[in-house]
Amino acid sequence: MFNPGSSKDQPILQIQSVSKQFDDSLAVDHVSLDIPKGEIFALLGASGSGKSTLLRMLAGFEKPTSGRIILNGQDITHLPPYERPINMMFQSYALFPHMTVEQNIAYGLKQDKLPKETIGQKVHEMLQLVDMSQFARRKPHQLSGGQRQRVALARSLAKQPKLLLLDEPMGALDKKLRTRMQLELVDIIEKVGVTCLMVTHDQEEAMTMAHRIAIMDAGWIVQVGSPTDIYETPNSRMAAEFIGSINMFEGRITQDEADHVVIESHLLNAPVRIGHGIATALENPDIWVAVRPEKTRVTREKPATDNNWSSGTIDDIAYLGTHSVYYVKLDSGKIIQANMANIERHGDRPTWNDPVYVSWEESSPVVLNS
Amino acid sequence: MNTIKRLLPGRKALIATPYLWLLLFFLVPFAIVLKISFAEMIIAIPPYTSLVEFADETLNISLNLGNYIFLIEDDMYLNAYLSSVQIAFNATVFCLLLGYPMAYAMARAPQHMQTTLLLLVLLPSWTSFLIRIYAWMGILKNNGLINNALMFLGIIDDPLLIMNTNIAVYIGIVYAYLPFMVLPLYANLVKHDHSLLEASADLGSRPWKTFLTVTLPLSKSGVIAGSMLVFIPAVGEFVIPELLGGPDTLMIGRVLWQEFFNNRDWPVASALAMVMLMLLIIPMALFHHYQSKELTVDEVGERS
Repeated sequence: MFNPGSSKDQPILQIQSVSKQFDDSLAVDHVSLDIPKGEIFALLGASGSGKSTLLRMLAGFEKPTSGRIILNGQDITHLPPYERPINMMFQSYALFPHMTVEQNIAYGLKQDKLPKETIGQKVHEMLQLVDMSQFARRKPHQLSGGQRQRVALARSLAKQPKLLLLDEPMGALDKKLRTRMQLELVDIIEKVGVTCLMVTHDQEEAMTMAHRIAIMDAGWIVQVGSPTDIYETPNSRMAAEFIGSINMFEGRITQDEADHVVIESHLLNAPVRIGHGIATALENPDIWVAVRPEKTRVTREKPATDNNWSSGTIDDIAYLGTHSVYYVKLDSGKIIQANMANIERHGDRPTWNDPVYVSWEESSPVVLNS
Repeated sequence: MNTIKRLLPGRKALIATPYLWLLLFFLVPFAIVLKISFAEMIIAIPPYTSLVEFADETLNISLNLGNYIFLIEDDMYLNAYLSSVQIAFNATVFCLLLGYPMAYAMARAPQHMQTTLLLLVLLPSWTSFLIRIYAWMGILKNNGLINNALMFLGIIDDPLLIMNTNIAVYIGIVYAYLPFMVLPLYANLVKHDHSLLEASADLGSRPWKTFLTVTLPLSKSGVIAGSMLVFIPAVGEFVIPELLGGPDTLMIGRVLWQEFFNNRDWPVASALAMVMLMLLIIPMALFHHYQSKELTVDEVGERS
C-alpha cells in the first residue's frame, strides 16, 4: 500500500496557484497542490465547486487564466492535450463507438507511431490487466457498464501516462457495481503504479479509493488530507459538514489549558470539556465545537460526569438496520444526531418522545474557529 | 382487450390509407407506363397501340419489345444515361465537399445560432424552384450579373461563357440540392459526443487526425444519406439541364422529355422511364440497406 509522507521525491505533479476565470465567475481560485508519485488523489466537491475545471486544465482542455502546472519537472501549462503525457478516463468513458475494444485500446498507441507488433503486445497486456481479453473484438455498445469502464481504464493506461485522470469514475455505474469497481480500480492503478488524480462528488468513493483528498468549494481548496484526517480532524465548519454528518454547537472557551479546554455553549446543559489542549492559539474565544453522530451516545440515565452531556427528548428515529439514527431535541431546541449500532436484535432502546441524555467522550469533540 | 377489438376496423382503415394512396398514385401510373412501354407508336389519340385486341373471336395480346431493343441499339440513350450518372455523381461530390464544412460549422456553432443557420439553409427553398433557376440564368448569362460585374471591374474584357454549358448545370444542381446534403449531415454531426473528440486529443491525436479517425467515420451514415438525396433526383433532373445547360448537355431527363413531347413517341419514352427507374433502384436499395443497418445499430446502442 502506498504510504504518503514517506516519499521524499520531488512531487510528480505541481499545481502552482492556478486560476480559471469564465465570463463572469472565477471557477478555480488560486489552487496550489503537490502530488507525489504513485499517489491516488481525490478532488471532492459539489457540482460547481471547480473540481472538474481543474481536472480539465490538467488534461489540457481548458487553459488556466493564471498559474502554472508542472508535471515531472516540465511546465505543461500551455501544451495542447495531445502533447501531454497525461491520459484521462472520461465520466461517460467516451469509447469510440465505431471501433472494437482492441482498436479503442490501440488508438493512443497508434498516435505514437509504434510498430504494429509492439502495439499488439501492449493491447494484449492491457486486455489481460483489466480481464477483458475475451471481449477484444466487441464493439462498446455490446458491453455492460462495468466492462466499458474497464476498457476505458485500459485505454487510458495503455500509453503509460505519467498522470492518470479519472472524471467521476463511478458516475455511470449503479450502486452495487460501484463498490466492487472502486476496489478493483484501485487494485489495477496500484499494480500499474501510476499517479492518479480523480474528481468525484461522492465522499464514500473518495474515501474508499484515495490516499489523500482535497475538499473543494467555490474554486477553493478547503482542506487537504488523508480520509482519516479529513473526517476526524476537519479544519473548518465547511470541511466538517461536507463529509458525513456532524453536530455543531456555538460556544465560548472559558478555560484554555495545556491539558484540557472547557467550552460553554448556551445550546447545551453542561459545558464541553476536551481532554487535550488545542494546538492553535485562539485570539477569539467564540468558536464552534463539533461532535460526530457515531461518537454521540443516547442514554436514559443521566451521565455521571459534570461535562459533555445535555438532556433532551427523542424527536425522530431512523432505523437503518446496521444502526439507528436518533434525532434528539435538546432543551435549547437544537436537534442533534446520534448513531447507535444495533448490536442486540431486540434491545431495549429509547423511543419517540422519551426523555434522554446525549453524551460523548472527552476526546470526541473538535474545536473549529471558522 | 374489448376496446382494442372494437377499434380494429378503424385501425385497419388508418393503415390502409397510405397504401391506398401509393396504389392509386404510384402503382397504377407505374402499371400504365409499363403497359405503354410495350406498345407501338401510332398517330392517334392516345398515340400508342393497345396491347389487348379482341377480333374475330381471337384474343390477341401483343407485347412489343421493339422499344427496349431500340434503346439498346441507339447508343444515344446509353450515353445520356451514363452522362446523367456522371453529372449527378460529380454534383454529389461537389455538394459533399461544400456541404460537409457547412454542416460541421453549423453543428459546432453556439446553440442559439443553430436554428438561425438551419433556417438560412432552408430559406431559399421557400421560393419556387423554377424561379430560383431563372434567377441563375440572370446571374450566369453573358450580360448577366457575374459577367457585368467582372467586366465593370476590368478583370475580363469578354464575357465568360458559363450559361448553356455543363458548368452552369453543375452550379444549378449543386445550388438546388445542397440543402439535401447539408441537412442529413447536420442531423448526424450535431449528435456527436464532444467528449469523443476530447478523448482522441487526450490520447495524442492532433485535430486533423481526430477528424479523419473519429468524426468522419462516425458521420458515414449522414454522408450516405445526403449523397443519395442529391444523387438520385439529380440523375433524372430535367429543369436544370433544360434551362441552364447547352445543346450538348446530355441528360436522361431531357431525352425523356424530348421523346414524350417533341417526338410524341410515348412507347419509347415509357421504355426509357422504365429502364431509368430500374437503374435507380440499385442506389436506392443500397441507401435503404445502409439506413436500416444504421437504425439497428442505434437501437442496440440505446438498449445497452
